[in-house]
Amino acid sequence: MKITSKEQYGEMVKLESPNSNYFKNSLMAFLFGGSICTLGEFFCQLYLSWDMELKESRTLVAITLIFIAAVLTVLKVYDKVAKYAGAGIVVPITGFANSVVASAIEFRSEGFVMGLGAKIFSIAGPVLVFGISSSVLYGIILYVIKLVQGG
Amino acid sequence: MKRIGRYTLELETKPRILASAALGGKKESEGPLRQDFDQTFSDTMMGTSSWEQAEAIMQKEALGLAIAKAGITAEDVDLVFAGDLLNQCISSTFGLRDFNIPFLGQYGACSTMAQTLLMSSLMVESGAARIAAAVTSSHFCSAERQFRLPLEYGGQRTPTAQWTATASGSAIVTNRGEIQIEHVMPGKIVDLGIKDAANMGAAMAPAAANSYADYFKDTGTSPQDYDAIFTGDLGKVGSSLLEKLLLEEGINIAGKHKDCGLMIYDLEGQDVHAGASGCGCSASVLCGHILKNMRDKSGKYKNILFAATGALMSPTSTQQGESIPGIAHIVHLRTCQDLT
Repeated sequence: MKITSKEQYGEMVKLESPNSNYFKNSLMAFLFGGSICTLGEFFCQLYLSWDMELKESRTLVAITLIFIAAVLTVLKVYDKVAKYAGAGIVVPITGFANSVVASAIEFRSEGFVMGLGAKIFSIAGPVLVFGISSSVLYGIILYVIKLVQGG
Repeated sequence: MKRIGRYTLELETKPRILASAALGGKKESEGPLRQDFDQTFSDTMMGTSSWEQAEAIMQKEALGLAIAKAGITAEDVDLVFAGDLLNQCISSTFGLRDFNIPFLGQYGACSTMAQTLLMSSLMVESGAARIAAAVTSSHFCSAERQFRLPLEYGGQRTPTAQWTATASGSAIVTNRGEIQIEHVMPGKIVDLGIKDAANMGAAMAPAAANSYADYFKDTGTSPQDYDAIFTGDLGKVGSSLLEKLLLEEGINIAGKHKDCGLMIYDLEGQDVHAGASGCGCSASVLCGHILKNMRDKSGKYKNILFAATGALMSPTSTQQGESIPGIAHIVHLRTCQDLT
């Protein structure tokens, strides 16, 4: 064949492959992400009106959103919304819940222990590993700074 | 059998396709080729408890149906060539374990239909088998979980992504039938460095271009000598790349080229982005739509080339940052003049 260089072919492929619509995706992410935050605020105010402390009601908001995302995942609705919402529904805590529940459903067929148990964090796992590691690291840095400051 | 040119094999006894069967899932039964499937299923689990089992049942049904349509029994089949996308080809082994037919497993990713048909025809040509069968399948759900992400995970697909067809196809090859296999050409592995697993059409197009360029050179024919030139699952991006790559070789396939991945679904209406993929895509389009039209006297295809295209990567190689090698095997089919 005449075209044998990877660079040359790479250029051809770039021209032929349509890009994702970044403007539309960003707009949808903004709208859906914003709606989820508004919903969170609505629950927060609701719980406050039930005479809860601010800290407690915020925890309860996270639990509520996780619950809703988990139920929507089981009802096979979540992925259909996510097709349009994109990062708007993946980045909030709902995305985390979806990734855990989706894996649990998916690997149930390989049994409770080696299937569901072993693979439930197959997507969320890296987020947990690096999330927890970095929070420990930042905690240590903060501790050292406070020591130096003599706090 | 005679080797012509560098890579092409001319079959002298002209093995024939006696019967074929095509099965499709729900989405396929809603697509433009819905009339061409012998059987469609609305339950993606096929009454089983896993998608892997469901896919195995599809192969079992496809082969069983092809055998029944041929008017023979499983006992008459001397050899079966089968493969699929799943690890260790479990759809084939589990689907065909009760047939009691000597089995040779094949892995060619989405090129499996052409590969198994090629092997079947060579066995019949050589006399090693009086009747050989070729079968393959793919299932959207079992492929998604092996190659990508859990089904209910909320992700977005890129515009170049292709949709794995839930389908299966099977063909029975022997010395009688209405369609003869004139030439076959095993393809070479071609890798032009594409690493994006969501753009497999682009990864496979160079292999298809390479095989077709070799085939036309070997046989001294041109695209104009055929009613249609098929590719397996290049999709929108890969098809347009194939046409451009072949134009560089001085071969114009515009107007003759059809991609099974662009035929099985309504791209816009069924939201499949760049088209279909999977072993079952080209298998069901060949064993259903194409062969049906070839058998039909007023059909539009009498003399065609079929090249199923495969992307030979695994989830491990993708994670390790490897590029995606492609392959394309060619089978030349012609409707017999004398209908025996």
